[in-house]
Amino acid sequence: MNSPRELTPDAPLDARTQLPQLEQAVADLLAEAKRQGASAAEAGVSSDSGLSLTVRLGEVETIEHTNDRGLGVTVYFGHRKGAASTSDLSPQAIRETVTAACRIARYTSEDPCHGLADPALLARDYPDLDLYHPWSLAPEEAAEIARRCEDAARQTDPRISNSEGATLNSQSGSFIYGNSHGFVGGYPFSRHSLSCSVIAQEGDSMQRDYWYDSSRLHQTLAAPETIGRIAAERAVARLNGRRLGTRQTPVVFRADIAPGLLRSLTGAIRGHALYRKASFLLDQLGEQLFPDWVQIHERPHLPRGLASAPFDNEGVATRDRDIIRDGVLQGYVLDSYSACRLGMQTTGNAGGVRNLAIDSGEHDLAGLLQEMGSGLLVTEMMGHGLNMVTGDYSRGASGFWVENGEIAYPVEEITVAGNLRDMFRGLVAVGSDNDIPGSVRTGSWLIDGMTVAGE
Amino acid sequence: MQALDIARHTLLDSPGLADSDLERVMDQLLSSDIDVADIYFQSSRLESWVLDDGIIKEGNHNIEQGAGLRAISGEKTGFAYTDDLNLPQLLQAAGSARAIARSGQSGRLPQLSPPAARPLYPAVNPLESLNEDEKLALMRRVDAEARAADPRVQQVIVSLVAAHDVVLVAANDGTLAGDVRPLIRLNVQVIVEQDGRREQGSSGGGARTTLDFLLQEDRALGFAREAVRQALVNLEAIDAPAGTMPVVLGPGWPGVLLHEAVGHGLEGDFNRKGTSAFAGRVGEQVASTLCTVVDDGTLPDRRGSLTIDDEGVPSQHTVLIENGILRGYLQDKMNARLMGVASTGNGRRESYAHLPMPRMTNTYMLPGDSDPNEIIASVEKGLYAVNFGGGQVDITSGKFVFSASEAYLIENGRVTTPVKGATLIGSGPEVMTRVSMVGNDLELDSGVGTCGKEGQSVPVGVGQPTLKIDELTVGGTAA
Repeated sequence: MNSPRELTPDAPLDARTQLPQLEQAVADLLAEAKRQGASAAEAGVSSDSGLSLTVRLGEVETIEHTNDRGLGVTVYFGHRKGAASTSDLSPQAIRETVTAACRIARYTSEDPCHGLADPALLARDYPDLDLYHPWSLAPEEAAEIARRCEDAARQTDPRISNSEGATLNSQSGSFIYGNSHGFVGGYPFSRHSLSCSVIAQEGDSMQRDYWYDSSRLHQTLAAPETIGRIAAERAVARLNGRRLGTRQTPVVFRADIAPGLLRSLTGAIRGHALYRKASFLLDQLGEQLFPDWVQIHERPHLPRGLASAPFDNEGVATRDRDIIRDGVLQGYVLDSYSACRLGMQTTGNAGGVRNLAIDSGEHDLAGLLQEMGSGLLVTEMMGHGLNMVTGDYSRGASGFWVENGEIAYPVEEITVAGNLRDMFRGLVAVGSDNDIPGSVRTGSWLIDGMTVAGE
Repeated sequence: MQALDIARHTLLDSPGLADSDLERVMDQLLSSDIDVADIYFQSSRLESWVLDDGIIKEGNHNIEQGAGLRAISGEKTGFAYTDDLNLPQLLQAAGSARAIARSGQSGRLPQLSPPAARPLYPAVNPLESLNEDEKLALMRRVDAEARAADPRVQQVIVSLVAAHDVVLVAANDGTLAGDVRPLIRLNVQVIVEQDGRREQGSSGGGARTTLDFLLQEDRALGFAREAVRQALVNLEAIDAPAGTMPVVLGPGWPGVLLHEAVGHGLEGDFNRKGTSAFAGRVGEQVASTLCTVVDDGTLPDRRGSLTIDDEGVPSQHTVLIENGILRGYLQDKMNARLMGVASTGNGRRESYAHLPMPRMTNTYMLPGDSDPNEIIASVEKGLYAVNFGGGQVDITSGKFVFSASEAYLIENGRVTTPVKGATLIGSGPEVMTRVSMVGNDLELDSGVGTCGKEGQSVPVGVGQPTLKIDELTVGGTAA
């Protein structure tokens, strides 16, 4: 099993050819677990490699050749569970890893909810989601793309005074999951991204901002010049920010930071938070959490989607579903364990929510600001000031003060606070500006009645 | 056995690598254009246990091994890593890393020798410092202590982590350094409920030592009681105030202020590149004269301490701010060389698969003269914040946040009502000039800090005495 891997970034190994090898590793893990007496077992193995190259001030700064492997196994002795992981795929490491997991399982407690997923729910047939588009990328070519991106940023505005560089990252690999119900599944994948971070300066004011794009298919990445220009425009727009007086005000969370609000929702309806009563959204199934025009769903089978997956981390078939329909909570985010604890069925969310989206409204960002009239447009949030148990929300922010629907001036060093329950209910509109990078699809959010603290 | 002997045995002898192999790989990594070349070998084992619902619910054992190879030419870095510690893979990774430089004849490798560094923690494997029954019994006692502390306790989650990290660094400046790094940690999280209102509290601690540490001085059970105490305080909390006001920070973990407000901004990479709000300000007044802030990796057994950093340099006691004057930056080898100074022993990396960069170790403020009670008594209307979650900083604008998880109003010089958690925001270079009182009660945190930078996590420590900031923005909801 300890096969040599050719690490040649100029012509990446076809990840599909690794699948049989990874499948064998999973089979070996499951066989070893059985040999050591486990009544059930599941294992995941992955291997990926790539290149990450940064250009700063026109020169190559770092070239990183990445090459990662991971192997994880979970064994069950009845309803006792043990887990172990390693980066080593050799037969000896497989034995040691299974032994470590079995040793752990000798000490964990019986828990009737521990075990493999229901065999009837496993993804016996699953679609090819078109997730694998490797890029034969020479370091010279990567440097040229990153340089074009950073150059464009630096040429956008004379106030761009410095740079943290532009980074091109290209990874591809494969993974296989299998369990002792006889399920084995896996697929190759790729992911490419280009990002740029620059600094604008004017007088004493120095501001940094960034932009990026990410895709399964490098041909669909935004043009390097576009990414650079947007990064520069964002940094320049923040210059000479003022503070605000403390006040109650409506707030627009711009589309690129709105995904955090959606993730707060899915975090609060995670089964593991619910059965521990560590969420502010206990027992809310069927309840009105948002205004009745709000539709939120997950679409795990989007072709080439950044978070697409045909099955979850337990082999359970993923499926399209509504999370919020007409403002009402339709379902939780469950894996087999938390579903069992809640007396429900898994929703195929072991490993998270895949391609989360909220339906867009009719106004673009400018229209949303018009609808707000006067208020705060938040374009950056800082810190982790969310209490999941109570929903209390208080985070650092910067952005723009808006007067009569027009951006008046940049603001910084303020906080935005409220309670997420009230924020969800107080959602006034979602913008149509949902062309943001990343796996979450949302426009900007207009929320009424938040507290802004400043000078 | 000495740490270096253990490291050589684990990372060279066991995988079958001879000294001549190490020299061959280093030769492959070096060319005449390469200024710095190093190889970082690492073998680590990590074991974690989770107690939840009163039962030992989960356990995980992780085994990692590999080597990262780096070649630096001027400001350019080439990097590759392998999780196979065999000669062909190491040579291949060396070839990939070296491609950063124009080819040339091979560089010369000096005689390798270990740096003189006093060990700051025992070269032990903490995973074996208690047997499994003892580990789980400890967790059960912590659970029982929390549940016995108050009938309103609904949920208790206890996690226990022990890590054993063995590293060996070889570099073209002649460094051959080994380190054996134990790290343990216990955390307790509780949820309490009263009349339908639920609140949480958490506590914990750890060190670079064996698990016995948790049994000493009633530590583990103390964490359980502390988590319950915090949660019960929060049951009484009213909405936090919104606006700018005097803020008194308690001693110990609130030192996360220093980590965010000044620490990151003083890391050498940001200052070499001129991207930090503190760039070019050495010798200037950046804090009130009451403030002396150090980064100290040499404290025995502390979570943030390192006998040697990840470039083989012994860690140091580095004065960052002395009586308000900016004295220096935190340096790794690369940034020190480019800025014409010496490394301060702050070159750290998450693992062999990550590049080192300047990072903090234990960052704290030295004590002042004020009695903590006198500090609180000096505030007519303000906030007293004693426990925090995480923080974050934008080193370019200098703006930073940190989120209080236990705080109280100060009214007429007295600590009164608890308030809900709120984020505090300020500008690093400005906030430090507004420190008007510094207590005589320096405390370090209990060993829970993890710092993230550019996607890499490393364990750190913070500390401070009670201190008063005349003006800081508090992000509550009450007008």
